[in-house]
Amino acid sequence: MSQKNRLQSGGRIDRSKALTFTYNGRQYKGYQGDTIASALLANGVDIVARSFKYSRPRGIVAAGAEEPNAVLQVGATEATQVPNVRATQQELYDGLVCGATNGWPSVESDMMGLMGKVGGNMMPPGFYYKTFMYPQSMWKTYEKFIRMAAGLGRAPKEVDQDEYDAVNQHCDLMVVGAGPAGLMAALTAARSGARVIIADEQSEFGGHLLSSRERIGGKSAADWVADIVEELASYPDVLMLPRSTVNGYHDHNFLTINENRSDYKGDKAPADQVRQRMHRVRAHWVVLATGAHERPLVYGYNDVPGCMIASAVSTYINRYGVVPGNKLVLMTTNDSAYQTALDWADAGREVVAVVDTRAKAEGDLVEAVRKRGIKVITGSAVIEVSGKKRVSGVTVAAIDAKGDKVVGGAQHMSCDTVASSGGWSPVVHLSCHTGSRPVWREDIFGFVPGPTVQKQLIAGGINGTYALEKVLAEGVEAGREAATRLGLTAADVQLPNVRSLSEGKAMELYHIPHTKPTSRAPKQFVDYQNDVTAAAIELATREGFEAIEHVKRYTAMGFGTDQGKLGNINGMAITAKSVGQTIPETGTTVFRPNYTPIAFGAIAGRNCKELFEPKRFSAMHKWHEENGALYEDVGQWKRPWYFPKAGETMQQSLDRECKAVRESVGILDASTLGKIDIQGKDAREFLARVYTNAWAKLGVGKCRYGLMCKEDGMVFDDGVTSCLGENHFLMTTTTGGAAGVLEWLELYHQTEWPELEVYFTSVTDHWATMTISGPNSRKLLAELTDIDLSNDTFKFMDWREGSVAGVPARVFRISFTGELSFEVNVQANYGLHVWEKLFEHGAKYNLTPYGTETMHILRAEKGFIIAGQDTDGSVTPHDLGMSWCVADSKPFSYIGKRGMMRSDCVRKDRKQMVGLKTKDPKVVLPEGAQAVADPKQPIPMDLLGHVSSSYWSANLNRSIALGFVKGGLERMGETVYYPLADGRVIEAEICSPIFLDPKGERQNV
Amino acid sequence: MLHIYCPHCCELREEEEFHAKGQAHIARPLDPDNCTDAEWGNYVFYRKNPRGLHHEIWYHSTGCRKFFNVTRDTQTYAIKEVYKIGEQPQVVAEG
Repeated sequence: MSQKNRLQSGGRIDRSKALTFTYNGRQYKGYQGDTIASALLANGVDIVARSFKYSRPRGIVAAGAEEPNAVLQVGATEATQVPNVRATQQELYDGLVCGATNGWPSVESDMMGLMGKVGGNMMPPGFYYKTFMYPQSMWKTYEKFIRMAAGLGRAPKEVDQDEYDAVNQHCDLMVVGAGPAGLMAALTAARSGARVIIADEQSEFGGHLLSSRERIGGKSAADWVADIVEELASYPDVLMLPRSTVNGYHDHNFLTINENRSDYKGDKAPADQVRQRMHRVRAHWVVLATGAHERPLVYGYNDVPGCMIASAVSTYINRYGVVPGNKLVLMTTNDSAYQTALDWADAGREVVAVVDTRAKAEGDLVEAVRKRGIKVITGSAVIEVSGKKRVSGVTVAAIDAKGDKVVGGAQHMSCDTVASSGGWSPVVHLSCHTGSRPVWREDIFGFVPGPTVQKQLIAGGINGTYALEKVLAEGVEAGREAATRLGLTAADVQLPNVRSLSEGKAMELYHIPHTKPTSRAPKQFVDYQNDVTAAAIELATREGFEAIEHVKRYTAMGFGTDQGKLGNINGMAITAKSVGQTIPETGTTVFRPNYTPIAFGAIAGRNCKELFEPKRFSAMHKWHEENGALYEDVGQWKRPWYFPKAGETMQQSLDRECKAVRESVGILDASTLGKIDIQGKDAREFLARVYTNAWAKLGVGKCRYGLMCKEDGMVFDDGVTSCLGENHFLMTTTTGGAAGVLEWLELYHQTEWPELEVYFTSVTDHWATMTISGPNSRKLLAELTDIDLSNDTFKFMDWREGSVAGVPARVFRISFTGELSFEVNVQANYGLHVWEKLFEHGAKYNLTPYGTETMHILRAEKGFIIAGQDTDGSVTPHDLGMSWCVADSKPFSYIGKRGMMRSDCVRKDRKQMVGLKTKDPKVVLPEGAQAVADPKQPIPMDLLGHVSSSYWSANLNRSIALGFVKGGLERMGETVYYPLADGRVIEAEICSPIFLDPKGERQNV
Repeated sequence: MLHIYCPHCCELREEEEFHAKGQAHIARPLDPDNCTDAEWGNYVFYRKNPRGLHHEIWYHSTGCRKFFNVTRDTQTYAIKEVYKIGEQPQVVAEG
């Protein structure tokens, strides 16, 4: 297809590099330097979307980040799909595949469009809230319908093969935006010796100068920009980032920049290159030079393809060599848009008329337009557009001086393009990100950044300064001020000569009146992406939603992927007028990061796949791998879960492992348990304060189990602590709780009891720990150690130092299975050697490796708790039936003691941990099941407590469970019922949580 | 993301290195056993949530593992001062 709207010459495109791309399944041509939008316009493609609510055809409106309609799905393959790409920002490359995100069967002939009125009536403003209210159950149905009808793009179904990364950057000055103000600020700071980063979202630096025919310092704007860029490149401490959107301005001058490294090159990043890079910048000072967005005017059927903002029309002509139509009607409230009429005329196409809403038009540009013989109609407005899939004409009528009503007869003009300008809105988004509220400036009819605590300066359009000579001067001034604040000597920068234009005063006008009242006039769109009309906003205020934040949520204004960049100010103005307030009284909604949509890949960077989270492995991991272990993730640790043999089910493996421990000997890799080395003359006193039980008399060579509570009296961790020396202890914690316990100990030491002399060191990784458990554990270990293991000298809850398998070891006689057990600790790098030696000698005892699941079953048979499984922050030691582990006679009021005395903690009917035997011993209760006294009670039933641990016990040949029941300790032998989601009701008897060896004889042999 | 000066390391470091630990200057009662439930509940559960200046404890968890105090404006997130445990703030809310 020919590029019928392409000019023969001009623009910043390379006509020698033709590119082919596919849009909605059809092939088109464009040139290097095009965006998708400019190429589509060159090819005369009018419709790029169907609107959200009314399914109306929509065309390209803008030329930058503010584009609300041309939001496309890009990607040649499933894995490279990118939703919500603004066609105005995506550079064209050869082979690019894109399509509209909505419209069925296509945007050109949309079936939903026929139903537009129906759908529209079904979705008045406040649709979401009205639907949520009644009937609630319908929401899911509506949501599906909405999503199908008006998609907002779709996520790829396959994994993105490209890589993304992140770089931390530091600089003296971060300049956001490389238009005339930003370039001057960066140049001035660089010449002053500052380390500067300057970033701009466009493919090349220059900002609006890239679309401008102004001359600067006797050169074309483009040549002037090229010279500045060349000088900036010569400074080693200046980093220039084109194609880099500063998406977030966070606290303490931290900025996130999303750099497009290869999205512009092809569907997939070239080999060894990342697709996008996140720059995380910490800047001493920031200059925001983000410019301004032109505001469209709000008039009847202003959404018909062919209606654009004036500056975008100029951009397409001057930068891309594309005239997006043949016959232009330009409507404006100000002088700056007259440039578009000149650009259009110079491109050789017809300007039907300039319709100026002001009674008088008299600036230099106005005169230039008049001199060209272009008709200028003052005191009038385009009140309505005709045409369905493309503008075919406009109705122009005289309006009053305030722009409130139509006062004259209407005339019709034939045209195919309407450009409008309602003035400019400073791009204040970034300045709002850190909580600063923008302030209204009456002189420019726009919000500018308000007071901020950030070290932030502003220059140019964002400050409401639009005349080029002043913009350049403000850039220099910002650069000098930043340099001075940084303690540098600010360099002098000569301002280039630019032409100075006299300008007539602009008119404050947002909403063009119609001969009919707004509610009956042709739809006047404010927010294209969400089909929010002026009438909808008026309706919202009539229904009582007067605050701007409420209007926003009620109408969905600014909810789209464009975040209302184009329409928000118009919407606020209409709201203000509707409720009889000024715009500053109405206020503005605030902007939050990100400025433009960003790929999840860019946020994740390298922190995905194997780098998503660190994995921790014990010293014996290699052996586990070779012996077929399956793993359970505990914290970051990979713990063996169980060791299946060929052909075994999980339950068969567990049964075999459980029996081996009780009948002969098993071994568990317990290296992951947290280990904290505690030293100092007050170490013992410290332990007494943080554990619930007594520590005063624990002798050297002895171990003791302890419970830790928080101040509220609730258990949060447990473990065995051993006395290594009079002032030296080794504390063990749960695997997942290690870091939290260490932080907890440090908190109390540093903030409450700094007078205690005690030191904490994490030694978890220093030791490999293997628990040998079972009746044959002594025989096995005796073959490898010089330690006397006899029951008389090495008692239960003792520890000894010696050698095991020829290496130094600490052996602890503690037991979590209830069997005779020895926990062997050796330096971590000896771990595998000792483990393998144990297996060499263990074969004759059928030494069986077991994992966390068997450990859980064996301890549950003994009624031992697991902190974090049987406790959840609402359980006291007494609730666990562990009052034996509470020593209230200790002199110091230990952490948790007072909490446990609260009236609520001493209630008799608290949920208490008990054992549970199902009536049918073959049935295993699901963990989390809720107990009730009467399964026939109507819903909502009285819940008595939940099952916290539940297993099949091969040793007992029945199911066992631990769980909580209100007043359970007093209800032994009673029956409770567990109604399940599938309709079954399981009956269970409350019993002691110790199912096996209640006297503890097996561990004491 | 906050930029926090650790008074022990004497350097500005990224927030990622720290944990916020809530309101500072909450002294553990010296005689917990003789506190009323209300007094004890106040110590354990009740915290200020001011709009404006707030004295907080922070922990340099992946740095020096030291706790310290920060006076922070909860509205602007501006950090007004950092000071060691046991010291008193110089910047305090009016009234």
